[in-house]
Amino acid sequence: MSSGYFKIAGGTVYDPIHGVDGEVRDIWIRDGQIVEKPSDSNIRPDKTLDASGLVVMPGGVDMHCHIAGPKVNTARKMRPEQKRKAEKVVRTSNTRSGTMGSVPSTFATGYKYAGLGYTTAFDAAIPPLAARHVHEEFEDTPCLDKGFFVLMGNNHFVMESIHRKEPEKLRSFIAWLLGAAKGFTPKVVNPGGVEIWKQLPSGNVHGLDENVAHFDVTPRQIIEQIARAVDALKLPHSVHLHANNLGMPGNWITTLETMKTFGDSRGHLAHIQFHSYGGGEGDENTFNSKVVELVEYVNAHHNLTVDVGQVLFGETTTMTADGPLGYYLSNAFKSKWFSSDTEMESGCGIAPIEYRNTSLVHSLQWAIGLEWYLLAKDPWRVVMSTDHPNGGSFLAYPQIIQLLMDRTYRQDMLKQVHPAVLERSTLADLTREYSLYEICIITRSGPAKILGLTRKGHLGPGADADITIYTPNDDKTKMFELPRAVIKSGVVIVEHGEVREPLTGKLLYVAPEYDTSIESDIAEWFEKYYSIRFRNYPVPLDYLHDREEVACARL
Amino acid sequence: MATPPITKPIESPATVITDATCTFCGCVCDDIDITVKDNHITDAKRACVLGKSWFYGHAADDRPDCLIEGQPASVAEGVERAARILTEARYPIVYGLSDTTSEAQRVAVAIGDAIAGTVDTTTSVCHGPSGMAFQGVGEVTCTLGEVANRGDLIIFWGGNPAESHPRHFSKYSLMPKGMFVPNGRKDRTAVGVDVRKTKTAKAMDLFFQIKPRSDFEALWTLRALAKSVEVDPEQVKRDTGIELSRWQDLMDRMKAAKFGVILFGMGLTMTRGKHLNSEALLSLARDMNAFTRFVVKPMRGHGNVTGADNVVTWQTGYPFGVNMSRGYPRFNPGEYTTSDTLARGEADAALLVACDPMANFSQPARERLQSIPYIALDPKETPTTRSAAVAFTTATYGINTPGTVYRMDDVPIYLRPALSSTHPTDLEVLSAIHRRVTELKK
Repeated sequence: MSSGYFKIAGGTVYDPIHGVDGEVRDIWIRDGQIVEKPSDSNIRPDKTLDASGLVVMPGGVDMHCHIAGPKVNTARKMRPEQKRKAEKVVRTSNTRSGTMGSVPSTFATGYKYAGLGYTTAFDAAIPPLAARHVHEEFEDTPCLDKGFFVLMGNNHFVMESIHRKEPEKLRSFIAWLLGAAKGFTPKVVNPGGVEIWKQLPSGNVHGLDENVAHFDVTPRQIIEQIARAVDALKLPHSVHLHANNLGMPGNWITTLETMKTFGDSRGHLAHIQFHSYGGGEGDENTFNSKVVELVEYVNAHHNLTVDVGQVLFGETTTMTADGPLGYYLSNAFKSKWFSSDTEMESGCGIAPIEYRNTSLVHSLQWAIGLEWYLLAKDPWRVVMSTDHPNGGSFLAYPQIIQLLMDRTYRQDMLKQVHPAVLERSTLADLTREYSLYEICIITRSGPAKILGLTRKGHLGPGADADITIYTPNDDKTKMFELPRAVIKSGVVIVEHGEVREPLTGKLLYVAPEYDTSIESDIAEWFEKYYSIRFRNYPVPLDYLHDREEVACARL
Repeated sequence: MATPPITKPIESPATVITDATCTFCGCVCDDIDITVKDNHITDAKRACVLGKSWFYGHAADDRPDCLIEGQPASVAEGVERAARILTEARYPIVYGLSDTTSEAQRVAVAIGDAIAGTVDTTTSVCHGPSGMAFQGVGEVTCTLGEVANRGDLIIFWGGNPAESHPRHFSKYSLMPKGMFVPNGRKDRTAVGVDVRKTKTAKAMDLFFQIKPRSDFEALWTLRALAKSVEVDPEQVKRDTGIELSRWQDLMDRMKAAKFGVILFGMGLTMTRGKHLNSEALLSLARDMNAFTRFVVKPMRGHGNVTGADNVVTWQTGYPFGVNMSRGYPRFNPGEYTTSDTLARGEADAALLVACDPMANFSQPARERLQSIPYIALDPKETPTTRSAAVAFTTATYGINTPGTVYRMDDVPIYLRPALSSTHPTDLEVLSAIHRRVTELKK
């Protein structure tokens, strides 16, 4: 008789949320979730996966990547030259064909993430006007549970509410907008700067206290007020911030000020690597690392979390809601350039680039990312990311793990980059090596906790049965790039690198409560300025494929 | 209690569907109020002349759901025959897709993948060259609400929106009172560039009637003037038919504008130079951003051609002209685009969704199509459905069926159907074919 149980037997388990550091244990699964071992010892599992000698971890959680929506899809369209030379994703009897390069097609994205043992991913920057597009692409991106952050840092209603000093209205609007898009948390990208980009040639803001013309607010006010509203709404994740002055020499001062701006509010600083630069404005020759100064502040302030945005050498495609940044990069790299401004909400810039280890700037970017991992005291608050594909592809995660776990490998790599890195960063002096336990934290348990996903990132009863099983290997790249098996919702989706059952995965979204009387105000503003009708804007629940509402009111 | 006998039929009350979406052209106006009475559309408030004809002309056709070789058949029989044709072919193609929902487009591409076929859309015969130009240099663009709220210099190049996109002026590009252009039309300068004085020209403040086939030269002149490169006035006049001083005046206005917009049509993309013309225009818009904000936007024709570009791209990585015969997608316009695979006699079966190549393709392409078995899905009888091995009469998207369409600026809009239909939807028919094709391929 079928018991409905699936047992992963005898694996060496890493489950940092429960303090389990490499202990041999069995894991019992039923109905897609991890459960207690049945008390009746007569119960036999329907299926057992012998994991003895293997490493068992929760499925990976990528909390900051770009995998769906208008910007990603435009980048796909824009780079046929890269795909032609890239690995081919061939159709099989149970999988779709696709293309790779720095911006893989949807099905390929799902298969490749799962192939690395990742089972959850969040797209970091979606204009809510394009939410339906994202939901459609997500349904075609298998093997992953997915969610997205909703761009708000240059939203006109947000800026007007802040200008009028109406925090309740701001809070209600944020809740309404998240609900309308079926998103996860507010994303703030270059607050105020994108609006100025729309108003002026090469327009941008350069500091937290510059005035945003027409709206009469400052970047600092935008960050502060949205962060407070997010906390007041008790959203599972904090505000997710792409700070001002990304990529600019000397930007660390803005970054430190930004950290202080959060006060007691929770705040997540995305791709912090790109915001940790010393040096004179516009002067590449003085470019240097300021991780030591910034990490000290993060170490001491438990309300702050970061993901790294590691740079890897090679070709990639940058894509950002930071319109002026896209223009800057396309000019710096003399590359083709896509830019699209979304009415009332956001911007978008895309430019192909190549990170070279012969370049001082790129070598330093590479080193600065590694410094962040190695200098951060609390692995629960620093998350592995490449800001895929901005710093490099998510496919580089195994290589980053090796850089963190293997000091000798790291020192060898350091010899291959621009020599000035030795003087301008502390990387050469860092001897720390990550343990498997710490890797487990920065790739799954930590991001799950930061996102407020109580059923992800751990292997305790009640968790989604998203599990990755690796074959131990001293070569950590090899170990992490080819898991022995990947289990999603209790189903083996990948075995030995081959996709077995490409489940669709579900959408993770929030539905915070708000004062609905605000809707008439929003409608009036909306009909005046938007080019679609208010009633056609919100995405109703029945539009979504498999879904799960993630509860607010986290303590 | 006895009820009195009914002496006359009860008139059903009219219902009004507000904020319905018109899918006739790439404007995808979503503010139409449709009045329905006795399962007929009696009014389409705010729709333009094209939109009204779209709504009024789409009472469901009294035709069988399926015809095999011209004879009525069940949908199930049609699906079986279609799946056989597609799986037995050596070079099957999937084409059209621009007038159906993205939900249906997704399944059509899945079929193309399953049968190792070639997927192409009507983009290859309209703005395909713009797509190729975009791959070359990129594009600086925006959503239409940005044009409405900020645009103060609007240039229409090689298009006639007054007749092809009648509400574009009033809803997006010329008349709206926007956030930074509070006086609407008074705050904007409208410029037309075209080879003939169309109805659009009459709505312009300035009109440049350039020599036919001189778009590239005209654009290159403007690019030179933008960067203050000296050009020969006589050559400019000779090549473009316009005095250099007028081009200089236009460039001065372009630089003085706060938010310039160029909207271009097939007069640019489908004349001599093709993608090089588009590339010149996209490059000009990019160049202008060194001086002010400037954007550019192709005026897409079909209601969901933009959705087709998006769907084909997210599933395969390429926007149109995608061949999957080797088991993975390859892209090569000219090689895998439908007019070419047909005219060269390569395609040996076709799945045609919401398109009418028998009416508008070249003679060699039509002759080839006539000679191969193909499946056509269309709400109406067309020259294409008439010669189809299997013709499905499907419900009309937006009028009978819900779903998603992408406006010309990539904004996704949901449909609010007004009428029920007895015919199956494209999505239903394609899903059934997909299921059967997958079974046969196993």
